[in-house]
Amino acid sequence: MEKRIYVWEAPVRVTHWISVFCLVTLALTGVYIGNPFITATSADQYIMGWVRFVHFVAAYIFVVNLAVRIYWSFAGNKYATWKALFPFSQERIITLFRQMSFYALISTKPPQEIGHTPLGGIVYFLILVLCGISAITGFALFSLYNPAGPMHILFGWVFSLAAIATVRLIHHLIMWFLIYFVIVHIYVVLFLDSVEKNGLLSSIFDGYKFVEEEKTN
Amino acid sequence: MRDEDEIVRESAGGPYRQIVARGVSRRDFLKFCSAMAAVLGLSGTFAGKIAEAIEKAERPILVWLEFQDCAGNTEALLRATKPTIAEIVLDVLSVDYHETIMAPAGKQAEKSLEDVVKNHKGKYIACVEGSIPLKDNGVYCCVGGRSAIDIAKEVCGNALATIAVGTCATSGGIPAAAPNPTGAIGVKQALPNVTVLNLTGCPMNVENLTATVVHFLTFGGLPATDSIGRPLFAYGERIHDHCERRAHYDAGQFVKQWGDEGHRQGWCLYEMGCKGPETFGNCPVVKYNEGTSWPVQAGHGCIGCFQPEFWDKMTPFYRRLPKVPGFGVEVTADKIGAGVAAVAAVGVAAHRIARAIRGKQDKKEDTE
Ligand code: HEM
Ligand code: HEM
Ligand code: SF4
Repeated sequence: MEKRIYVWEAPVRVTHWISVFCLVTLALTGVYIGNPFITATSADQYIMGWVRFVHFVAAYIFVVNLAVRIYWSFAGNKYATWKALFPFSQERIITLFRQMSFYALISTKPPQEIGHTPLGGIVYFLILVLCGISAITGFALFSLYNPAGPMHILFGWVFSLAAIATVRLIHHLIMWFLIYFVIVHIYVVLFLDSVEKNGLLSSIFDGYKFVEEEKTN
Repeated sequence: MRDEDEIVRESAGGPYRQIVARGVSRRDFLKFCSAMAAVLGLSGTFAGKIAEAIEKAERPILVWLEFQDCAGNTEALLRATKPTIAEIVLDVLSVDYHETIMAPAGKQAEKSLEDVVKNHKGKYIACVEGSIPLKDNGVYCCVGGRSAIDIAKEVCGNALATIAVGTCATSGGIPAAAPNPTGAIGVKQALPNVTVLNLTGCPMNVENLTATVVHFLTFGGLPATDSIGRPLFAYGERIHDHCERRAHYDAGQFVKQWGDEGHRQGWCLYEMGCKGPETFGNCPVVKYNEGTSWPVQAGHGCIGCFQPEFWDKMTPFYRRLPKVPGFGVEVTADKIGAGVAAVAAVGVAAHRIARAIRGKQDKKEDTE
């Protein structure tokens, strides 16, 4: 028997889609900032100005949204917990290896998981770190227009670690790392959804997954 | 108002006397004082205070050391088309030792340096141009048989203040560019306990040196600095934020190729590798050669020479982003990024196909 259980609570789903929206916006505007492919016809236009403005607004929303999700990893249910990002108990490590042998096509049966898989948890942790670096380097670059301002007090220390041009390169490269994640992430979701038929894909919309009866208790 | 002769009498031997002696009018002198107040970011009312300070100033003693340098900062100091007040002010600081311009040579020259250190301990200003090599006991730069670090320790260590001029003296500059064969570093790095003011630039803008000296004469101390010891009045804001081409940046009008329509129209040089967004300095405001022009006005992007280690960090100069470590200069960050993305896409497609085949094999085994 399969049971329908509520896995992703609303804050998890909403923050997921807000971050998708923000990251797409940030990447599109970021690409324009890095390589302004549209040329204004008159100096009275404000194309780069608006693109940067949108980039910064999306960045603020993105960071607040990230903070909400982090809060929820303490307040939410057992699938939303931050502990899912560190699957290092003996049991979880065994599952991790079974999962890897499934991806490596050695076995054809994935381990049954209700929340994040162990590998998924590790990857989401790395993504969290990347998003954090992106936000820190981004706000540091943003602060340069006023090195006496509060933003520079908060993020100016970044430039004692790396030159401004290097920080910019890092900020730029992280976009690519996030793109690789998105390619693999979407593939894995579609792939698992079609192989496991556990409603994974629809779960990020409605919160419910289908799980074999004996796994649920 | 005091009459001019009186002032001259009062400040016998000081800079002001020389200014008058060289035929500079009172009017031009006051203009200079207002200009300096502007460079220093002070309100116009300070011009009077500056004028008074210069009128009263004693003859400060200045020595100028050259280590691993190209004399570019000396050149900036001496670039005389016509003798300006700035020059006279610096000149009358009475450069007691400057290898390029002083009259004595050899032992005699070294003696004048020794004399300053001995007789004016803690009272003179030391300007240092060029980097200090530390590798192999500093043998790569010796003057009069002594290593640069040895001289710097003694001369800067006993000075009232040290002004490091140019990017080489402030962070090692070109001699320190990778692989830094001589182990070159800047003065502040070599002498962490000495008071050093950094005037970066390749070369530094002589207006900023003049303003520093004027600040010194007016307020009796060095100006406030940023985290790497550069005076805020000159390095407190970004080039990009005061650039005359900034409106084109915000609009979205960029030069795409040297000599194209946009270049002729004076559009933004961002895509040609301008480092204005990464560089702090007052070039667009103060400019060079008596306010004639500066690189971006002349149609060339900023190369970021005011930033530490610009030779390593800001290159390639004609590319917007630095090169990715471990890859050749020809490949940009985006080429690498797109290449890996393509590999990832092909990878997931291959995985799906491989899994489909594997799945079928499994089913066959199950039914057999
Ligand atoms: C910019 C694009 C995306 C990013 C950065 C992203 C990021 C993430 C993150 C961080 C999680 C963990 C959720 C949490 O615990 O809060 C997650 C889960 C999930 N995402 Fe995405 N996602 C993206 C796009 C998508 C898309 C387009 C889909 C649908 C096809 C999708 C489907 C899912 C599903 C089903 C889960 C739950 C599975 C699991 O946690 O293992 N994602 N995503
Ligand atoms: C997390 C996702 C983000 C992505 C994918 C992203 C992407 C980009 C890209 C590709 C660029 C162009 C870099 C270049 O080539 O020079 C850029 C520039 C920039 N980004 Fe982001 N960014 C993100 C987040 C942020 C955040 C959180 C901030 C914080 C305010 C931010 C602030 C900036 C700034 C200040 C610039 C430079 C703009 C300029 O100099 O005018 N970014 N971003
Ligand atoms: S020319 Fe350089 S400094 Fe000026 S606006 Fe363009 S990028 Fe900024």
